[in-house]
Amino acid sequence: MTEEQVIVASSAGIHARPASLIVQEANNYQSEIKLVKDDNEANAKSIMGIMSLGVSQQTEITVRAEGEDEKEAVTAVVELIASGFDE
Amino acid sequence: MSKINGVAASPGIAIGEVLVLEEELSYDRVKVEDVAKEKIKLEEAMSASKKQLTAIKEKVKAEMGSEQAEIFQAHLMVLDDPELISAIENKIEAEAINVEAALGETIEEFATIFSNMDNEYMKERASDIRDVGDRILRNLLGLEAQSVADLEQEVILIADDLTPSDTAQVDKEQVLGFATKIGGRTSHTAIMARSLGIPAVVGAKELLEAVETGTTVIVDGVAGVVIVEPTEEQLAEYQEKLADYQKRQERLTKLKELPAETEDGHRVELAANIGTPADLDSALENGAEGIGLYRSEFLYMDRESLPTEEEQFEAYKEVAERIDGPTVIRTLDIGGDKELSYLDLPDEMNPFLGYRAIRISLERTDIFKAQLRAILRASRYGQIKIMYPMISSLEELQAANQILAEVKEDLTKEGFDFNRELEVGMMIEVPAAAMIADLLAKEVDFFSIGTNDLIQYTTATDRMNEHVAVLYQPFHPAILRLIKRVVEAAHKHDSWVGMCGEMAGDRRLTPFLVGVGLDEFSMSAVSIPEVKEVIRNLTIQQAKEITDQVLSLSTSQKIEDFLGSYC
Repeated sequence: MTEEQVIVASSAGIHARPASLIVQEANNYQSEIKLVKDDNEANAKSIMGIMSLGVSQQTEITVRAEGEDEKEAVTAVVELIASGFDE
Repeated sequence: MSKINGVAASPGIAIGEVLVLEEELSYDRVKVEDVAKEKIKLEEAMSASKKQLTAIKEKVKAEMGSEQAEIFQAHLMVLDDPELISAIENKIEAEAINVEAALGETIEEFATIFSNMDNEYMKERASDIRDVGDRILRNLLGLEAQSVADLEQEVILIADDLTPSDTAQVDKEQVLGFATKIGGRTSHTAIMARSLGIPAVVGAKELLEAVETGTTVIVDGVAGVVIVEPTEEQLAEYQEKLADYQKRQERLTKLKELPAETEDGHRVELAANIGTPADLDSALENGAEGIGLYRSEFLYMDRESLPTEEEQFEAYKEVAERIDGPTVIRTLDIGGDKELSYLDLPDEMNPFLGYRAIRISLERTDIFKAQLRAILRASRYGQIKIMYPMISSLEELQAANQILAEVKEDLTKEGFDFNRELEVGMMIEVPAAAMIADLLAKEVDFFSIGTNDLIQYTTATDRMNEHVAVLYQPFHPAILRLIKRVVEAAHKHDSWVGMCGEMAGDRRLTPFLVGVGLDEFSMSAVSIPEVKEVIRNLTIQQAKEITDQVLSLSTSQKIEDFLGSYC
């Protein structure tokens, strides 16, 4: 299992557009990928799962992956979230 | 046959079959033996839904741009959501129930999670999820999918109310008319119907009980009536009216190339109010000489984050390039009845008296500056002018002008080219501003009187509240006196005065407004030919006499009767 913390940079938190970008990125990997906020976790390949986490700006979340390409998956998703989704 | 009264929201007559939006879908919840069969049905309905959505997305993207298509991209992602699919499948299996019930219940569970969030934006997403659920359910039930964007035949749209995303997708060729249960003359549906040139009746209360999809109705947008299942005689009568109406429209179209000039040569400018660049077609068709109000907030609505400076620049530039006359861009006017979920503005007791329009811009200078930069940069491409909304004091106007000066300085340093002589104006919609128009006129090039809010604030009447709507009176002597005061103050300081509220397009008021000295009239494009016709049949002398007469009358009713006698 690989995991890494990241602070959400997007000014509006993780809304529909950022969530859909995460899903698109996550779908490039075989691993099971999860976003964890406090005690709640969501499947990073599920747009509704991510959105229902209700992540706002400057929140710290954890990206966790398990599978063959878990390292690459975590790096890619963390990078995307930290980038602020090119707003 | 039944006749339902409502409010005449957009002129014209439409005869056709109804398409009811958002009707309740019903299904039974039953136990099933063959669970696998239900799962196959789900898969088929999902893939049919996906095909429909992809087609709609492509169509909307081609016709209306990628912005409007984004909502369908989001719907597609919901369809592909592994959590959603597995939740439905688990429910079918665990409870051995039919796919329709499993889908309906799962969608409702997800939608409830969203509607319980404290963030307005997330709450709205619940309706997206229900939308997708409805689409899948329709495919399961073998019903036709409902979308305003991919209509196959001509229809009259009937709903509780139409949302901005509904109206953004409306295909003018297929939608003959609108009728809604709620709303007034200035509600979103009414404004959009006029800007699209589609006949509409709003506020028709018993409408939804009286019709279903497929019912034949007549929408009379002139009288504000919907006739359900008309008799043969009524059909014949209305077909004649429709023909007359079209003939009249043709006559007015001929006026298009003629100037808005009185018989004795007093010239005014007739301009159109627009919400998006798409409204330009209607403005040009109706002979608008310019855009007197470009409502920039539509650039900020129906999205998740602020538009960038570049996006705004493109939108402003497009309008400036396409119209041969001036384009007055009003800076962001949100708050009141227009919310931006991503700004997370606090709920207010009195939103119309609260944190809105220029009050937000002066505090959120990041947003204001990005907009001013975009407007200034676009000013090279046409006759762009800037207008501030909701100014109530000289200090606010000076503060806004100060920020504008800073932005100009920044742009100059960065080497951008823009029109340094660009005219700056403000709206007069607060009585306080009308009373100090002489002081404000020194700091601007023009005023534009926003009558919708001016009437609301002057008469202390919420125009959406049906109990008091009758007090919302454009003919109120107080309103007419304020208008006169503003025009006189502006002219004394060599500023010009326009009007961009509903009053500017009301032909009964045209002689008064010409007589009082209004320089520019900006209105829904469809009203331009009628107002022009009135102006061209008037002399300035007659107009001034009418104005004097009006100002001597004591009540709204007397004034309305007096002006009505000239039409």
